[in-house]
Amino acid sequence: MRVKVLSRNPDDYVRETKLDLQRVPRNYDPALHPFEVAREYTRALNATKLERVFAKPFLSSLDGHRDGVNCMAKHPKSLSTVLSGACDGEVKIWNLTKRQCIRTIQAHEGFVRGMCARFCGTSFFTVGDDKTVKQWKMESPEYGEEEEPIHTILGKTVYTGIDHHWKEPVFATCGHQVDIWDEQRTSPKCSLTWGFDSISSVKFNPIETYLLGSCASDRNIVLYDMRKSTPLKKVILNMRTNTLCWNPMEAFIFTAANEDYNLYTFDMRFLESPVMVHMDHVSAVLDVDYSPTGKEFVSASFDKSIRIFPVDKGHSREVYHTKRMQHVITVKWTSDNKYILCGSDEMNIRLWKANASEKLGVLAPREKAAMNYNQKLKEKFQFHPQIRRIAQHRHLPKSIYCQIKEQRIMREARRRKEMNRRKHSKPGSVPFVPERKKHIVAVVK
Amino acid sequence: MAEQDPAAAAAGSGSDSEEGEDGERRHRRLLEAISALSGRKRRRLAERSEASGQVSEFNVTCKGAGEKLDLSELLQPIHPKSKLGSVRKELVRVKRKAAVELPLSKEEAKRVVREAAYVTTSKDVGKWQQVVLQNRRAEQLVFPLRQDIATVTPLERVTSAWKARTPLEQEIFGLLHKTQQPVTDPLLTPEEMASLQAMSLEEAQRRRAELQKARAVQSYYEAKARRTKRIKSKKYHRVLKKSRRRQALKEFEQLHKSDPAAALARLEELEQLRMQERMSLKHQNKGKWARSRAIMAKYDLEARKAMQEQLARNKELMQKVRVEPPEEELCEVPEEDTTALPVPSGASGANPWMLGKPSGPAPEPEAQEGPRDDTVPGAMENKDEEEEEELSEEEALLQDFEQKRRERTGSPEGLGEEHGADEAEAGAKDLGDNPVPPACAEELRDNPVSPACAEELRDNPVSPACAEELGDSPVSPACAEELVSTGLEPPAQAQEQLLLSEQLRRVQTMEDVESLAKEELVESSLEQEKLVAPRAGKQAQQQEEGRAGDRHAKKTPAKRKMISLEALLDGKPQEMDCPSLPVVLEEEEGGMEQRGMITEAFAGDDVVADFRREKRKAEEEAKPQPVNLVLPGWGEWGGTGLKPSARKVRRFLIKPPPAPPRKDQFMPHVIMSEKRNIHAAAHQVSELPFPFERHQQFERSMRTPVGPTWNTQRAFQKLTAPRVITRTGHIIQPISAEDVPDTAPGSGTRLGEEAVAGGKAVPGKKAVPGKKAVPEKKAVPGKKAVPGKKAVPREKAQHCRTR
Repeated sequence: MRVKVLSRNPDDYVRETKLDLQRVPRNYDPALHPFEVAREYTRALNATKLERVFAKPFLSSLDGHRDGVNCMAKHPKSLSTVLSGACDGEVKIWNLTKRQCIRTIQAHEGFVRGMCARFCGTSFFTVGDDKTVKQWKMESPEYGEEEEPIHTILGKTVYTGIDHHWKEPVFATCGHQVDIWDEQRTSPKCSLTWGFDSISSVKFNPIETYLLGSCASDRNIVLYDMRKSTPLKKVILNMRTNTLCWNPMEAFIFTAANEDYNLYTFDMRFLESPVMVHMDHVSAVLDVDYSPTGKEFVSASFDKSIRIFPVDKGHSREVYHTKRMQHVITVKWTSDNKYILCGSDEMNIRLWKANASEKLGVLAPREKAAMNYNQKLKEKFQFHPQIRRIAQHRHLPKSIYCQIKEQRIMREARRRKEMNRRKHSKPGSVPFVPERKKHIVAVVK
Repeated sequence: MAEQDPAAAAAGSGSDSEEGEDGERRHRRLLEAISALSGRKRRRLAERSEASGQVSEFNVTCKGAGEKLDLSELLQPIHPKSKLGSVRKELVRVKRKAAVELPLSKEEAKRVVREAAYVTTSKDVGKWQQVVLQNRRAEQLVFPLRQDIATVTPLERVTSAWKARTPLEQEIFGLLHKTQQPVTDPLLTPEEMASLQAMSLEEAQRRRAELQKARAVQSYYEAKARRTKRIKSKKYHRVLKKSRRRQALKEFEQLHKSDPAAALARLEELEQLRMQERMSLKHQNKGKWARSRAIMAKYDLEARKAMQEQLARNKELMQKVRVEPPEEELCEVPEEDTTALPVPSGASGANPWMLGKPSGPAPEPEAQEGPRDDTVPGAMENKDEEEEEELSEEEALLQDFEQKRRERTGSPEGLGEEHGADEAEAGAKDLGDNPVPPACAEELRDNPVSPACAEELRDNPVSPACAEELGDSPVSPACAEELVSTGLEPPAQAQEQLLLSEQLRRVQTMEDVESLAKEELVESSLEQEKLVAPRAGKQAQQQEEGRAGDRHAKKTPAKRKMISLEALLDGKPQEMDCPSLPVVLEEEEGGMEQRGMITEAFAGDDVVADFRREKRKAEEEAKPQPVNLVLPGWGEWGGTGLKPSARKVRRFLIKPPPAPPRKDQFMPHVIMSEKRNIHAAAHQVSELPFPFERHQQFERSMRTPVGPTWNTQRAFQKLTAPRVITRTGHIIQPISAEDVPDTAPGSGTRLGEEAVAGGKAVPGKKAVPGKKAVPEKKAVPGKKAVPGKKAVPREKAQHCRTR
């Protein structure tokens, strides 16, 4: 007679080591786990709610400046160091982990117009209203040493901006013209001009490092090639561009922050129309900085808020504001893609999380898995009305809210007027102009 | 013409004859033209022409006559040097000037340069196109693209770079130098260095291991002590106390045997201690607490007396009695004690060396033994006095010991052997003794009954357990006693610790530590066993001694009582076992009851019938209703009580077509409603979202669950992999040619070339490989077959595995 007994393979249930997790056999038969969509939907809803609950992006405020913060620079090698220049000519170096100012320099008379760190992180450059370019050591002076710049270059005109080459000891300043300097010399290596108006900002391309972009107050954006020491092309927009920023992952993409409340992302090969128009601000956009991943950028505006835009979206995914934050003049996205720094009129530098609801600190693997799952769920169910409603909800101060409403009305009115005009005129005489083309006046070769 | 004119001019200046010829030719041409005008063709007269036109005498044809004449050729000098050289130069210059184009304007020139530069630059930049597209399409990107291994600069280097500058720093440095503290390199003082050199590695390791072990053992002991301290059982503590005393006694005995002088010294020491205690008046019954205790105990006894004697008691007398008895006993007990022979083995529980009396051979234990063992309050008071007495008479004990030794020396076996024997015997005894409880009970029964020992009656409480409790609760005297006794013990324990630390076995891993902990558990249980054993051993010894028979007889009950306590201790778990069954039964009963209650509570509910009713109702509602268009009063009389005629009703009641059969027609347990649910609609997507083209696509995307409830762990991880992974605290540098693997498709060949030219081994492989979606590879037409192409799928596979 055969006796049937239960026989199990110990390999199926015995752990290899004591520290292993106990194996929990699971039956994935879908019949045993019904209502998957409904359940996941509920989870997604909860995740979205939690995300909103925990969305507390403001981390801290670095105060210490005695005038509005006019410019900032990231340290290329240290995440915890940030430099800022104020309107009274003072430069401060901050330690972000301690949230303290570790050094203060009276760098210029009048504004510190621009600053940038050398690619190696040993020194930094500032330009000011006193027509000087100064190079400073990143380290604080030794005991007994005086706080003095390494080099000072006296120029003939005011410099309004400065940027350093990403790999070579070369930097570029802008003012009446774009000057390219060798660090060792006191006169510019070459000067690039195209037209005669003050240039507000100049930026090196981080990938193709010989490329430069600048924007001038005669509403144009000019691209330069440093190798041939010649400008390349000029785009004239409806209004003045305040600054621009190159995408650190896509060599030919840059974004311009414009006075007309919009940001324009251009492909430098096709300047006839921008790739994307980013609109959400209700006042002039003063600064823009890309996230190091090149997927998003942050913009600072005169409307007392900063916004985060995905590169491929026309509208912002996040808006940060606080009661006390005034016109935001400068903004930076830290190199680890985690934080955003913004300097504003009321002398403070604010530290924000780039991801408002992100949990800081070390995450346990299970926590991480849960986070990823929640993220995925949110993404999956993002089109569902309730989830979208919750996920998209943001608080705005009344002033911005009212302005947005007002502008919506204005835009609607304009659209209606154009529609009417089209309706009552000869077909084809009032053409449809896409939004992207509306803001471009001309491209000059 | 422009050329001919100057030629003509030059010719004119040369000769006149030519001019005449020219005029003739013109004339002829004119004539011809006129004749052509007349329309008629004239016969052309043969003309004579000069032969020199065609033939020359130098055999040179004149064919070139019609051709243009180059002036400079005319000017060709016969002699190399001529005066016409300057003229010729001028002529050449004039000619060249006419050939040069006008230059472009400056603006235009710049523009051309710009355009050219722009074209080349945008072509240069365009090589990133594929990389960018790939990154945009990638399912996952891992940043930073190049993952460097962080290097830590050694401390020495950091410190060596730093120098003292401020006066404070210099001062500190000066101090450090003075004490030969290392500032930079080895970070060790010379002494430390020397010691390091002196101690070999093995030795150091051994020492370290030893130290570790010692520390571990110490910590175990501490833990154990803490644990035992936390035990609340009074019985346990009592037993423990007794065992300790016994232990101490045993040790003392051994000491006595091995080194009498040391034992004596020890005794003296003890005596000193005792005296100190006495001087401090700590253990007299004058304490507030002690008094109140005494009163309480007495009160109980009195009540019993009142029961027995049925006599009204004078309160004052009572109080007198209450106050007096201690005094009486004070004087009484000494008397007794002086007469009583203390139990040398210390079975009574008091400190053994405090029990010894000089008057050894005068045993009168009956009166004493009872109270001592029972630890009745009265007895306790007694005990205190006893102690004093006993302590003063250590010599008796000593004698006793000596006696014992003498006896033992008779048998030449070693100590250990004896112990073994003792223990064996003790086991036997235990077995024999275990059935003590009845005996104890007997005694108890006897005690109250026998009128002979009135004293005992008075002192003994009714139940031994009660007595035990009473005896235990008075902490202060007992405690004090313990203090005296434990005062001895610390050295013993210290010795024990050391002993343990000297174990051969090492404690290295967690398992070892755990096993140690287990051992300790076993030890503690063993100790409890030991409590019984040595005492039994003593008993056996005493029996061996063969003392007075009556003394024996009197002693054994006392012993039995002791044992009975332990028996009680042992018995407890057995008692605990019993109630489990009835409890279970009760639960079952309770369950039944509950069920009954539930059925009772929901007796009126007929859910099934309710559901049926509901379904019927739903069916009724779903049926299309007839439309009643009957208007009373039209075409006939109207008014109250008048109904429209049947014909009219038939005519104007419109019956709708029957509804299609219900879907839940054959499902008795289901109601299917096809109405739109507004509450659900709030959660539904009303229009097709952007990337989807058909609603089926969207629905499919919704239907596949991603959660771990429906997917295996691996699949879940894969499904929920984040789009962008960044590492905290790492700087993400802009992309560079090195980051792009040579597999980067398209016009990126140049990029690849650059990477190779850079001499790098393309570490970017790890960086961009994060991208899993590389489906568009084949779409790029003009691309060479890059060898690395196949690497990508492999990488993909790897990622799948690792994630």
